[in-house]
Amino acid sequence: MTTPLLEISGVSKRFGANLANDDISLDLAKGEIVALLGENGAGKTTLMSILFGHYVPDAGTVSIDGAALPAGKPRAAIRAGIGMVHQHFALAPNLTVLENVMTGIEPLWAFASRTARARAKLEALSARFGLKVDPDARLGDLSVGEQQRVEILKALYNDTRILVLDEPTAVLTRTEAEHLFTTLKGMARQGLSLIFISHKLDEVMATADRIVVLRGGRKVAERRASETSKAELAELMVGRTVTRPVRAPSTPGAIVLEAAAVTLRLDGVDRLKAVDFRLSAGEVLGIIGVSGNGQAELARLLSGTARPSSGDLLLFGKPMGDPGVAGLVASGIGRVPEDRNKEGAIGDMAVWENAVLERLPRFSRHGLVDRKAGMAFAQEIIARFDVRGGGPATRIRLLSGGNMQKLILGRNLIDRPHILIAAQPARGLDEGAVASVHERILEARKAGTAVLLISEDLEEVMALADRIQAIVGGRLSPPVSAELADARMLGLMMAGEWSAETGAAHAS
Amino acid sequence: MSTLFDILASAGLWAAVLRIATPLILGTLGALLSERAGVLHLGIEGIMTFGAMIGWLAVYNGADLWTGFLVAALAGAAFGVLHAMLTVTLGLSQHVAGLGVTLFASSFSYYVFRMLVPVAGTPPTITPFQPLDIPGLTSLPFFGPAFFAQTAPTYLAIIAALLLGLVLFRTPLGLAIRMTGENPHAAESQGINPVAIRYGAVIAGSALMGMAGAFLTLSAFNSFFPTMVQGRGWICIALVVFSSWRPGRALLGALLFAFFDGVQLRLQPALNGIVPYQLFLMIPYLLSIAALAIMARRARVPQALMQPYRRGER
Repeated sequence: MTTPLLEISGVSKRFGANLANDDISLDLAKGEIVALLGENGAGKTTLMSILFGHYVPDAGTVSIDGAALPAGKPRAAIRAGIGMVHQHFALAPNLTVLENVMTGIEPLWAFASRTARARAKLEALSARFGLKVDPDARLGDLSVGEQQRVEILKALYNDTRILVLDEPTAVLTRTEAEHLFTTLKGMARQGLSLIFISHKLDEVMATADRIVVLRGGRKVAERRASETSKAELAELMVGRTVTRPVRAPSTPGAIVLEAAAVTLRLDGVDRLKAVDFRLSAGEVLGIIGVSGNGQAELARLLSGTARPSSGDLLLFGKPMGDPGVAGLVASGIGRVPEDRNKEGAIGDMAVWENAVLERLPRFSRHGLVDRKAGMAFAQEIIARFDVRGGGPATRIRLLSGGNMQKLILGRNLIDRPHILIAAQPARGLDEGAVASVHERILEARKAGTAVLLISEDLEEVMALADRIQAIVGGRLSPPVSAELADARMLGLMMAGEWSAETGAAHAS
Repeated sequence: MSTLFDILASAGLWAAVLRIATPLILGTLGALLSERAGVLHLGIEGIMTFGAMIGWLAVYNGADLWTGFLVAALAGAAFGVLHAMLTVTLGLSQHVAGLGVTLFASSFSYYVFRMLVPVAGTPPTITPFQPLDIPGLTSLPFFGPAFFAQTAPTYLAIIAALLLGLVLFRTPLGLAIRMTGENPHAAESQGINPVAIRYGAVIAGSALMGMAGAFLTLSAFNSFFPTMVQGRGWICIALVVFSSWRPGRALLGALLFAFFDGVQLRLQPALNGIVPYQLFLMIPYLLSIAALAIMARRARVPQALMQPYRRGER
């Protein structure tokens, strides 16, 4: 074999007592896609930060074309042809696409920007790799997927040969993610070398040529994608056999929530169009669909932050009226919002404050917050729901996504709610956390809670839901029983194809 | 109604509009530059006061007018260093730091003035800038006296607005400034030093504020008195929002405000005795609030405005 394009050998990095990278070696050939697979905290991002010169390793070297790269020099890495696509985009929403890409590429004191030349180069890159963007669009007007394209183009702009993507699908919808992987494969065919960091087995198997598994800062395995399986990778990644739980049969109880021809009109647009569903105690109803088809609006409706424009919403058989958020929480509806960082928790407040915020009246005494009771409540959630990484007084943003989600689930489930609205509950979590979130949801179902599961993950819905309805363009399909559903059928339903014999009319 | 028409048709009104607008243009540009880099600069009111004082003092002590103007700019820049240290290096609240700079600069102006200028019944005066005679233009009927009978700093302010627009939107430096005001982390990852950019923008902006103050004592009037800035700095802060952080619109905004002010000054004597004149004093401010409410709704605030930048933190 010829010299690999990139060679990382024997890299170690220690942060205090924590050995983030322990003697890791990795190579990358021209035109190859290598996936760096590992749970959160396995050392993937640290390794890439060393590659990019953000950190100086304690031991080991990075070389490109056989020549060692100076440690800790991002400029040198850029010059050597390494481009980085960060998980949190480094972009400015008020500037245009072209301006975002152009920043910093010219000497600061040049008399005028050479906009025409930059535009031509951007358009050439965009055509070559099939990354369509409008150079003059304001970045903030673009969708997340388009913004990521800009971030990729920016990384490619400096004649990049090695492109590193840090959890590129964490922020994307399913369709956007599929589109991204097609693009990445095309790039590799054109001779670009790619490393992408992920903890999602599906995408790693579908996209990478070779998979390097990290765990606890060590490289535990390296496999060709064609010679491994998801089950093996999952076990290598977690270090033990992880099985996602699957629901056991159960008999649903009384109907607790019912929507009949509910329409929600916001800003003159019908976001939900005459949707019907029935949710019974002790069952999970899965609402499956690609993000942006009305899920957010449905969740708002059931969280008390919006009211139907027409149709009936019955809670425990009675019209819901306008109870407001506090009223809904009091009547026993638990909510797991889609975006846990924005709507589920307040990052700079303590775990215990986040735990009691929804039910402040209960934790008030003489008009003051009962801190002691709140701390005890949080401690109970932490113990019962296995929240790790901090105590009641820790700021919640210091917890990992999985532990934050366990706390959010915990504060809802600890009161044994009648209904749980869970929107994308496992999104962005690593394999171990997904399993424990699923377990909690099934436990709640067993205890008689009616669960409305809004998700775009086929596997998740098939594993948890008793009945499944698809949401497309604000319409809901009639329910199908999970026993009768398979991936192909659900895929068709998500595309808006549902048959009339199940009882519903096509979009007329 | 005919009074209003007479006022609008008089060359004197338009000359006054340009004169009233000049300090507003310079001050607004200064605040705008600073905010484009992500630093709110409420030190403007105090820096204008100090610039008015120190520029006048230099000329009173024998310096020529342009030297006085330059001294005011340098003094402004010095306060800019102070504001940048507080907001960029120390990352303090930009509101509080700015108000602190204003209070300090204003009281320091009175102190210096009192120390160096003897108390007198009528304030001492200097010979201010004289209107420029532009060949071929100043002699035009109506247009000459209306638009081409200004002092040099007025033309300078208009040129500065156009120049700042070019720098911000047509040069790599301008892009670096805007990127720093939008997302300093992104700027840094692209090889730009956000700290240096913010220092530079705050200091240059403060120099413009110092010049805005100096115009009051070296061109509009000929003496200094402590309350002369009269909230013009705060008007500039509002004009920045009104302009959506664009120098060209800042120029228009300043002219619009000056127009209201010029008209109300002339309406006062015309309607004397019918309405108390204080009512007219309010008009420009009321109209500015209305204009601000309309314009600012669509404004695109620099996303990192008022956010201190700390390396390595998200």
